[in-house]
Amino acid sequence: MVAIPDAIQSWFSSRGWSPHPHQLDMLARTKEPSTLLIAPTGGGKTMAGFLPSLCELADGTHEGLHTLYVSPLKALAADIKRNLSGPVAEMGLPIRIEDRTGDTSAYKKRRQRGDPPHILLTTPESLALLTSYPDAPRIFQGLRRVIVDEIHALAESKRGAQLMLALGRLQTLCPDLRRVGLSATVDDPEAIARTLARHPDPCPILMADPGPAPDITMLDLPEAPPWAGGGAAHAIPEVLRQIKTHNTTLIFHNTRAQAEIFFHRLWLANEDALPIGIHHGALDRAQREKVEAAMVAGQLRAVVCTGSLDLGIDWGDVDLVIQIGAPKNVKRLVQRIGRANHRYNAPSKALLVPANRFEVVECRAALEAVAAGDLDGDALPPGPRDVLCQHILITACTGPFEAEALFHEIRTVGAYTNLSRADFDACLDFCATGGYALKAYDQWRRLLRRPDGLYQLRDPRAAARIRMNLGTIQDTDTLKVRYKNSRGGAPLGEIEEGFAATLVPGDTFLIAGKVVAYEGLREMVVQVSRNAAKKPKVATFNGTKFATSTQLSSRILRILKQDSWPDLPAHTADWLALQREMSQMPRRGRLLVESFPLDGREYICAYGFAGRNAQQTLGLLLTKRMEELGLDPLGFVASDYATLIWGLEPVLDPAGLFDIANLRDGLDGWLGENAVMKRTFRAVATIAGLIERNTPGARKSGRQATFSSDILYDTLRKYDPEHVLMQITREEALRGLVDFGRIEELAARIEGRVDLLRLPRVTPLAAPLLLEVGKVPIKGAGVERLLERETQALMQQSGLGMLDEATG
Amino acid sequence: MGFDFTFHGAQLTALGHRAVWWASQRTLVVSDLHLGKSERHARRGGAALPPYEGRDTLERLRALTDRLDPSTVICLGDSFDDDRAAGALITEERELLAALPKGRRWVWIEGNHDPSPPAFGGEALSKLTLGPLTFRHIATDQSGEVSGHYHPKVVVRHQSRPAFLVDRDRLILPAFGTYTGGLRATDPVLQDLMRPDAIAILCGPRALPCPMPRIKPHARR
Repeated sequence: MVAIPDAIQSWFSSRGWSPHPHQLDMLARTKEPSTLLIAPTGGGKTMAGFLPSLCELADGTHEGLHTLYVSPLKALAADIKRNLSGPVAEMGLPIRIEDRTGDTSAYKKRRQRGDPPHILLTTPESLALLTSYPDAPRIFQGLRRVIVDEIHALAESKRGAQLMLALGRLQTLCPDLRRVGLSATVDDPEAIARTLARHPDPCPILMADPGPAPDITMLDLPEAPPWAGGGAAHAIPEVLRQIKTHNTTLIFHNTRAQAEIFFHRLWLANEDALPIGIHHGALDRAQREKVEAAMVAGQLRAVVCTGSLDLGIDWGDVDLVIQIGAPKNVKRLVQRIGRANHRYNAPSKALLVPANRFEVVECRAALEAVAAGDLDGDALPPGPRDVLCQHILITACTGPFEAEALFHEIRTVGAYTNLSRADFDACLDFCATGGYALKAYDQWRRLLRRPDGLYQLRDPRAAARIRMNLGTIQDTDTLKVRYKNSRGGAPLGEIEEGFAATLVPGDTFLIAGKVVAYEGLREMVVQVSRNAAKKPKVATFNGTKFATSTQLSSRILRILKQDSWPDLPAHTADWLALQREMSQMPRRGRLLVESFPLDGREYICAYGFAGRNAQQTLGLLLTKRMEELGLDPLGFVASDYATLIWGLEPVLDPAGLFDIANLRDGLDGWLGENAVMKRTFRAVATIAGLIERNTPGARKSGRQATFSSDILYDTLRKYDPEHVLMQITREEALRGLVDFGRIEELAARIEGRVDLLRLPRVTPLAAPLLLEVGKVPIKGAGVERLLERETQALMQQSGLGMLDEATG
Repeated sequence: MGFDFTFHGAQLTALGHRAVWWASQRTLVVSDLHLGKSERHARRGGAALPPYEGRDTLERLRALTDRLDPSTVICLGDSFDDDRAAGALITEERELLAALPKGRRWVWIEGNHDPSPPAFGGEALSKLTLGPLTFRHIATDQSGEVSGHYHPKVVVRHQSRPAFLVDRDRLILPAFGTYTGGLRATDPVLQDLMRPDAIAILCGPRALPCPMPRIKPHARR
């Protein structure tokens, strides 16, 4: 056991505190090469992570960097700096603490490289950047400990893979480096531990006391929620009432767009002028910081937010968490609920607000899952190879390297322990030559092999370009939004380029909770003016659309199976009863497909309950089959539970169409030309360094980037379908956006039992889908047919004869 | 599938593939190939665009010549993105390009991007007159002209398609190159250039004729 230095001990006792048992456990294990701590939010996790560092640094003899703290959020790094600097100052410890993120000034970053602090708080991207400098060995000299906070959030993402690769690098520079992971409650702690530890080091797992069960209910209003949408406007008065009766309320939304709309409506109804703020990832940094500061100072009664506040920032006196919309995923819900009563051993209080009628069922299912402690999760995939390609390029930035040594270093990284030499060589070859189909082009040949066998950058100037494009976060291309006459004033936030392109001067839209009017685009900045329009458009954001987890979907199907629904509000129970009367209830072992005409179009609705992504894929696969069968589909839309397809011909026979087990056969051909694949490819190619988002001097517009990645994709598909990036794209799409796994799950569940019902009109369960956003058009024979009809009609209307006459 | 029409007495077919076929003369006309566009872009310090469009453009052109076996092919200018881009083509593209003119007359009309098209086989001309028609890069006041340059596009039912524009005086071709943007037919330049009764022929699986979209009269001066 490491003794706690007097300065720290007396700081605890002067406050009448004593360290939590798990904090002492962490101290006892400080010499272990890796430790994973699982603790609920508010469990003193951060102190548990830092206590060993403070003890080791207390005597002031350590030179240079000692502890590296990595968190997924810039805001979290800033928050920890605040929360750590206070006690450290009070303890009178000679410890310098600094943060380094994308927001840190260039001057400060330069100084930090020359003279690193004892404790550096950073993000995976900033760390990767630091490791790319030739002087990395000097910067990290003396490094003893690394703390990875919120590791559960990182482990599932490419950011986590990049971080772990960087740690592999650091471990080579500092062989005695010890790793600590801090995690919220998860379904599979062992998997997280494996990603954290250097392979094959052991990684003991410490579990802190989970604390009391949360107090969580569903908002029950006399007024029924709407049929579709995620706005939850009907709940505004009740939400305001709840804000008034609590100290501080966090109001979580699943997407940024929903958060903006809700915040706007909340303000319109906020007659008492309660101080309420908004916080999400697309807001400008200064705006976010203002809200964060006000929150810490206790000046806000509520914050409308998204996943940007999912992670453990300590917001003081939050005593209520409201989740607007179904939580989609029980694990995330539990973590969000943990944000209330950020105090050890106090139950968290939370309120679920279903935004539409189907979400009433989803919220009910989520409540049951939380009560049963049934967390959902997927197995962690092997380390992504596009991140590996980027890591190889980053390694090349530091100087010449030996392939063999790099391969062995990478195999010590948990997610990459099973990486084959062939796969590694393919990635290395891609970095060096661009791969088979790209070999002919000079611009992709970035590494050269020297006579001594070492690899190095062919052009040392490429290092700057590689650093500029470092990172694995794929945000869509956005433009800053600014008031027109605010010379140098803070931007309001960012909107997607695609959305900006749809605006004409005078259009109004919501940003940062304000209604603004579009004035014009100047030097890549969207200029706006104040406007009080009542009905603004909603800016589209690349807010993650979460798919309802498999576990939650099963629970929903179980609820639907009930004979009656005494646990659900009457409006929802009646709606479900009406569905049973007019059609059928979807059942677990069968696939219900409804076919009906509406407004001159033919519809089918397939209830697969496979989550949004898989239902989307099902839509693509089914419409492809329909195209082949001459059913002229025009488009489809998917929700978490169903896919709705419309076209020109009725679907009366499920044979040949719903043979889901055989859909896989057509998958490869279909996958190839699919927009989802192109989107996945774009992300992969950007991370792997094939497409540069940033170039010195010029920023490529989003449309331009899409354009070029699509062409590149088509060409590789044609000339080099086994190119390493194509392999990665396929693997990833099947797992992620395509989510074919869940379609296979569905196929196994129904074993060919498809019930196709021909109905005279739209059914209660299908109706909400008509209102869903995100409709996907099918560019096939159906569209050509309509286009032909339209052009013919235009020709007739115009009175223009055929050209023979026109040209005389 | 193409759309047949008569232009200055010539029976022409607008192909959905963005080319014109003059069957009686066995002549194929394409415009604005813009070969080497990505190379020029990178050379000017822009982002490194993937350099595949050239191959794609040339292969589509080869598919057309294989199918139709024209005795004459006319490229209406801006075949190369600039004179240097032509020199930067990679071997495979050069081979493709060298094979195309074999056994037929091949005419490179000069464009504003490539005032002196390089000799990859074929002849370079500033304009060409064949029977009733004159082929040049940019439309002038002369009647009976077939030209390119503007890359016209038309939006119908929210779909933007490359399109031919034609009236009794002139025929403007869409760009054939893979990597080319476009100018909407509602742009004032095209509005002023074309007569009020002009039609647009949309490219795609089928060539579809429709009236050329017009900006509302009050919006024009």
